[in-house]
Amino acid sequence: MTSPDNVVTGRPENIRAVPVRHPGRWVAIAVIAVLAAMLVHMLFTNPNLEWHSVRKYLFSHIILRGVWMTIKLTVLSMAIGIVLGVVAAVMRLSENPVVRSAAWLYVWFFRGTPLLVQIIGWFSISLLFKTLAFGVPFGPHFGGENTNKLISLFVSALLALSLNEGAYMSEIVRAGILAVDEGQSEAAQALGMTKLQTMRRVVLPQAMRVIVPPTGNETNGMLKNTSLASTVGIFELLRSSEAIYNANYQTIGLLIVAVIWYLAMTSILQVGQFYIERYYGRGSTRTVALTPIQRARLAVMGNHGRGGYG
Amino acid sequence: MTGLMVDAQRVHKSFGANEVLKGIDFQVTPGQVVCLLGPSGSGKSTFLRCINHLEKINAGRLFVDGELVGYRQQGDKLHELSEKDVARKRTEIGMVFQHFNLFPHMTAMGNIVEAPCQVKNEPKAEARQRATELLAKVGLADKANAYPRQLSGGQQQRVAIARALAMRPKLMLFDEPTSALDPELVGDVLAVMKDLAKSGMPMIVVTHEIGFAREVADTVVFMDGGVVVEQGPPSEIISNPRHERTKAFLSQVL
Repeated sequence: MTSPDNVVTGRPENIRAVPVRHPGRWVAIAVIAVLAAMLVHMLFTNPNLEWHSVRKYLFSHIILRGVWMTIKLTVLSMAIGIVLGVVAAVMRLSENPVVRSAAWLYVWFFRGTPLLVQIIGWFSISLLFKTLAFGVPFGPHFGGENTNKLISLFVSALLALSLNEGAYMSEIVRAGILAVDEGQSEAAQALGMTKLQTMRRVVLPQAMRVIVPPTGNETNGMLKNTSLASTVGIFELLRSSEAIYNANYQTIGLLIVAVIWYLAMTSILQVGQFYIERYYGRGSTRTVALTPIQRARLAVMGNHGRGGYG
Repeated sequence: MTGLMVDAQRVHKSFGANEVLKGIDFQVTPGQVVCLLGPSGSGKSTFLRCINHLEKINAGRLFVDGELVGYRQQGDKLHELSEKDVARKRTEIGMVFQHFNLFPHMTAMGNIVEAPCQVKNEPKAEARQRATELLAKVGLADKANAYPRQLSGGQQQRVAIARALAMRPKLMLFDEPTSALDPELVGDVLAVMKDLAKSGMPMIVVTHEIGFAREVADTVVFMDGGVVVEQGPPSEIISNPRHERTKAFLSQVL
């Protein structure tokens, strides 16, 4: 059976069918719209939200100092945590059973106790060791310094956060290393690279593709976990907000200030993660994800712009 | 063992209780091309991997260019070589894998200059210059900036050959270099290998390409069940095999 227009044009007509209806979608849209309207209404009309104090304190000196402390703790703890994680992961994969066990024990302890307990523990470390000194193990030691002088409040929080983070990171890094095909280290070794060179130049760069997304998660979590340091008196974002609302009782307003800053910082992290993932994805996919700018250009100029490598 | 590129004397290798090599005797003279044939599981690839110490042998002696592989002999005692020494010896032996094993996060150029720059500390400009020549030699002059994923299997394998040659090896090992390729891509890779053989590079090739073995090999070695069943020039082994096992194998692959 050939249709007549087939003979004339050589190509059958384009299909024009009645699309399937989706009534469920309309119901969902209606429900969400009503809920959103209620939320917006509440945000504008509820006087207990204390928007005036949000305006007043959002960029106040004490809050900004808290934000800075939160950023400092996050960045430093993550940096130390990642280094510890890589070292512990490589140790876990070592052929030496003692080295392997040591790394296992570290992860077991710091992952197995609550972060809050660890923070309080480092804060109270001087109760365990009055002084710290260099010396021969079990032998004589030289000098010695008051523990509280050496380990300030900030350092104790940093130690707690980074040692805890290192334990989690080591599992993430280990998973990344194991995800790299064995043929890769074989090829590297066949070329005469040492194990260290193989790890640094061939295995870790490829493991990064697996490591980066959960590390983004960890950084996001760390940003929020720094608020636990408020319990030992570190003036990070939450504690700074608390200090203000303890004085003026504008609790909700100052919590909103903290929330706005936390959301702003985690949003910036998300953008950073996108670019890091894009960098380590090179060579592993045929097309690299477009940056928002490239996507905008593509939308404006049509499909003539060149995406992909470059 | 003087003058031999590879000299294997009663080499044994086990994985746990499973003995894969049961006394391999095998010699390669400089400039010789040897093709290893045999059914899968016969120990060909394992033996190849022993030559650059990717696998440790359990018994026997294995020499490359007159030196023990993986050990140092003092009196009648063997000392294991340090990781550094093993690595240094591997720089003299190029290896090409069945699945190419190119580094996917580096371009073709990056793959080729990696070892010369990192291992031999060659100046970057010099290494890149030589990499460009090698890419031209394997017919991929225009692919220097391509990542492995953007190349066909045949192109990847040719980059892998260039990568091995960049270390100026004195011996090349090929572990089923065309087994993972689409049939129409095999020819390009074999052509590169033929050129290499003509240039006098000693090569040991584990392969199922009987045509290649017949044309290029000086010696064909047939292995089965962890032993060398017979060896000789291709005219003998491929055209007039004496052993039943060789005959049976060849009748299946020819």
